[in-house]
Amino acid sequence: MLATILQRLIQMAFVMLGISVLVFLIFFATPGSDPAARIAGRNAAPETVAQIRHEFGFDRPLPVQYALLMQRLFITRDLTSFVNRGQQVIPQVIDAVPATLSLVLGAAVLWVAGGIGIGLAAAAMRDTAVDRGLMILALIGVSMPVFWLGEVMNLLSQSRYHDTWLFSWVPGLGYIPLTQDFAGWFKALVIPWFTLAILYIGIYARVLRANLIEIYSEDFIRTARAKGLSETRIMLRHALRTSLLPFVTMFGLDFGALVGGAALLTEVVFGLNGVGRLTYQALQSLDLPVILATVMYASFFVVAANAVVDLLYAVIDPRLRA
Amino acid sequence: MTAQADDQNSDAIPGSRGGNGPWATALRRLRRSRSAVWSAVVLLGVVALCVLAPLYADLAGSDPFRSNLGGKIEIAGERVLVMQPSTTGLGLGVTPIGPTWTTTYLLGADNQGRDVAARLLYGGRNSLVIAGAATVICLLLAALVGIVAGFAGGFVDMVLSRILDVLWAFPVYLLAISLSIVLLNSSFQLGPFTITSGSLLLPIGIIGVIYVPYVARPVRSKVLALRRSEFVLASIGLGLPTTRILTRDILPNVMPTLIVFVPILLALSIVTESALSFLSIGVQPPDASWGTIIQDGQTLLYSRPIVALAPGLAIVITVLALNVLGDCVRDALDPRFKVR
Repeated sequence: MLATILQRLIQMAFVMLGISVLVFLIFFATPGSDPAARIAGRNAAPETVAQIRHEFGFDRPLPVQYALLMQRLFITRDLTSFVNRGQQVIPQVIDAVPATLSLVLGAAVLWVAGGIGIGLAAAAMRDTAVDRGLMILALIGVSMPVFWLGEVMNLLSQSRYHDTWLFSWVPGLGYIPLTQDFAGWFKALVIPWFTLAILYIGIYARVLRANLIEIYSEDFIRTARAKGLSETRIMLRHALRTSLLPFVTMFGLDFGALVGGAALLTEVVFGLNGVGRLTYQALQSLDLPVILATVMYASFFVVAANAVVDLLYAVIDPRLRA
Repeated sequence: MTAQADDQNSDAIPGSRGGNGPWATALRRLRRSRSAVWSAVVLLGVVALCVLAPLYADLAGSDPFRSNLGGKIEIAGERVLVMQPSTTGLGLGVTPIGPTWTTTYLLGADNQGRDVAARLLYGGRNSLVIAGAATVICLLLAALVGIVAGFAGGFVDMVLSRILDVLWAFPVYLLAISLSIVLLNSSFQLGPFTITSGSLLLPIGIIGVIYVPYVARPVRSKVLALRRSEFVLASIGLGLPTTRILTRDILPNVMPTLIVFVPILLALSIVTESALSFLSIGVQPPDASWGTIIQDGQTLLYSRPIVALAPGLAIVITVLALNVLGDCVRDALDPRFKVR
């Protein structure tokens, strides 16, 4: 077990190193992407560009630049923004984390509950009209672009039906910190939670239904039936338990990616100042240190979630323990 | 009745009826599936409408790419302004005309006074072309990487797999956005071609690359299994050249996996393209795509919601049809393939 953990950690470190190199190369070494020219702005004098290039160390060899950046990001932690000179990057990212975590955690609760509920219902009533209806709804959920759904939600809750009993409780767009006002935090996030969760409810319900149906043809289900167990017990204690294994992997990956900033579109549409929106703003102003920090932060969550899932798998699936 | 029973029989043992290959069997299953036929009809309808875009623009007599702020159009015998004086708030400014439900400005105008319906059709062309081209690129790259990694094994496999791991751990949207931002700000040279920042090739290339790991991984594991199978070992033992083994033994067996990915990738590409365009880093103006029209509609969301709603619905309908078709293709070709 210890060897497995150690191996995972080494692998994690490797993947993160790879991602940092990739991001560095995309922004610093892509042909035509000259960070100095970008900082200097449009129509800057060549001397200014040259001075900036020297000041920021862009005239040094790429590996040296990479090492310096990484040192300032991880060791001295004093990396500063290129655009808002002097503003430190790491506190900025940390400030953005609560909004993202609030959004993703709430959505995760919804999508796990919704995915399991719909998947179970569809599998229990397979090949009936209910099953087909639920699966069509799930597919529609999967097919809607999240940012568009967010806009439709805004249209309904902020404009068209805002003055009716249905949505009069919805506050304006934006994040209200949890510590400041719990009720406001909750109200402001309900619609973003649903918007983000719908896609995943669709995916998880479909996958769970497929798994359940596959498992229903296995021997141990027949044995359970032969023992005279009730259908409910077979479904919940035998089939669902086994079907949840791939669910765990998917959840780990999706959750990691979303906390890492993949919820960007939802954050942008609802004006939530989370990590995704920070990344988006940094990308628009091409603030490389911020981008590097947020992407490293994102990859950390994805890679860590991956590792946790692998370890968890060994715990919940006795077949892998041998 | 007999014909049906016969079909079911041949389903149980693929290719048992008079030398039917697996492809013919799959095609027959697809044709028999009502959802497959319906989704194909919907898709063909969408494609046909987009192809016929100039016909509508001609009929409407409007240029969907030129702003028309002071223009007038004729509705029910009356000349009306495209940009009408605002009636809400302080009464300042103008609001684009809403849906007329006639052949001119069917869905109204956007904030440049352009015909939304015409832009929807022209934008659909771009959305579909980008999705199609990105899918082709992705499949080619993934097949190449997956087959090389799976067949060569050893060091090559290790290096390629680690690269895929890194790409896999990089959230797709972040990767796409990073690449778009950098490439949009600089035209660059790719061999003899200069790709300018407004080119459709940028979103195509970016979307084509980011989904490679999703396809290359299953291809690789399939090739790994094939590599150990007896018929491939026999070919190797006979001393057949590697190219022959790859083209005759490996590729035909990988094809179903690749084909299953076609509708899925098309759907993913359409959604990704719209997301990038929505963030204004996909298709660049004056070109349109469904994503850019949704973005145009954002400022008009509360006054003229149809501008944002229509392209979104177009995406939902197209992607839904692709997903349904994808399920059917998977069931027909590779029933054991996992949804994800």
